[in-house]
Amino acid sequence: METPEQIRERILARFPGAEVNVVTNPGPAAQHSLLLGAAHAVAIAVFLRDDPVLRLDTCSNVTGVDWLDREIVETVRKPLPTEPGSDPAAPARILEEKIKRLVPGHLEVVYHLYSVALKQGPVILRLRTFDRGANVTLPSLTPVWRACEFQEREVFDLYGVKFTGHPDLRRILMWDEFQHHPMRKDYVEPDDYEWEPTPHDAVLDKARRHYPATPAAPQEGAAP
Amino acid sequence: MSDATPFPAPAAPEISAAERDELRRHGILLTSLEELYNWGRSNSVWPLQFGLACCAIEMIAASMARFDIARFGSEVFRPSPRQADLLIVSGTVTKKMAPQVVRLWNQMPEPKYCIAMGACAISGGPFKQGYNVLKGIDRFIPVDVYIPGCPPRPEALLHGLMQLQEQIRAQKISGPEAPRHLRPEASGEFPVPEFGGSDLVPPRNPAVWQPPTIVRTE
Ligand code: SF4
Repeated sequence: METPEQIRERILARFPGAEVNVVTNPGPAAQHSLLLGAAHAVAIAVFLRDDPVLRLDTCSNVTGVDWLDREIVETVRKPLPTEPGSDPAAPARILEEKIKRLVPGHLEVVYHLYSVALKQGPVILRLRTFDRGANVTLPSLTPVWRACEFQEREVFDLYGVKFTGHPDLRRILMWDEFQHHPMRKDYVEPDDYEWEPTPHDAVLDKARRHYPATPAAPQEGAAP
Repeated sequence: MSDATPFPAPAAPEISAAERDELRRHGILLTSLEELYNWGRSNSVWPLQFGLACCAIEMIAASMARFDIARFGSEVFRPSPRQADLLIVSGTVTKKMAPQVVRLWNQMPEPKYCIAMGACAISGGPFKQGYNVLKGIDRFIPVDVYIPGCPPRPEALLHGLMQLQEQIRAQKISGPEAPRHLRPEASGEFPVPEFGGSDLVPPRNPAVWQPPTIVRTE
């Protein structure tokens, strides 16, 4: 099967100006993916489905990822101009600067595509929302692959991505009156802890809050 | 009639169970209305045909020929709550499902019993800290027998059923210790929780269940 880079070249040849980037996966699976801009996503999806070389006729999986805002520290190296009169053979002086950059969070939807007809795959598509707050709209790929319908509903339910063009965008796992998105990393669950005999980690913190007499977890090997 | 119970039973004969068995062995059947009534009920506990998750597979296995729940008179899995005596909560009760489970329980006629089968039905089990799992069905309906396990084997379910039969046989049919269905003031219906913005409303029925308090002995 074509590599993601080759697929990207062909997409760009077909849709000049489309936003397509290859996201590499450094892990041993090395499943690289294509990050699509929302504007051309549906057209590119139709192209991938109907292309005779790829024939990606099946969307096997749709999932969501929540990326919080994060701070990235980058080290920039700048050569300093050599001072006049210094030894020309001395090594060039380099100034290292640490720059903090705030990467805004976003929600990501990942599609795994396979071709049953040609027995190949997966091709992985990613779509990203602009942020995690008000701009969480993405085009739905359900008109292209019918199998996305329930899974996009699940992403909508658990992550809060709004899919435009979805035929029936309702919650699927939680009830309609529910107001949160429980798979978001900043979801705060209802405070309904109740006593457990052996709390630990995060549960131990809750135990201390609800039952202040809870002692610390017994140390390994300590006398009872 | 001064006695308000529907079955004004004659006083039970002062005779021990061992003596009664001895008499039975000699062909003399001595019984009381209470014993006959409980004997009949305990041997025809019809469960509701209702499963929620993986534990239901073990419940189905228990009803098949290898484990043969028919030995205990409980093979008649009824498809309607109106005809069932026993609700086996076999599996994970999600918060979305909980109102429906309580509704099924309310639709069952008295006398009715509830078995919480498996870690999930007892406490939420492996999903206890999850966002959508009820931490035990006993928050909303009274449970008669708890069967731990994940999943409990069919033998465990049969054992739980035998425990329930023993409970039924020990019931009094009059007096203050009579079961719920013989006390006119006790209702067999329990409030159905509503779906709220972030949890069930109310999250539990305080008349049925209270969070445990820890008593520490220093
Ligand atoms: S207790 Fe275990 S087997 Fe039973 S429903 Fe829960 S997870 Fe499944």
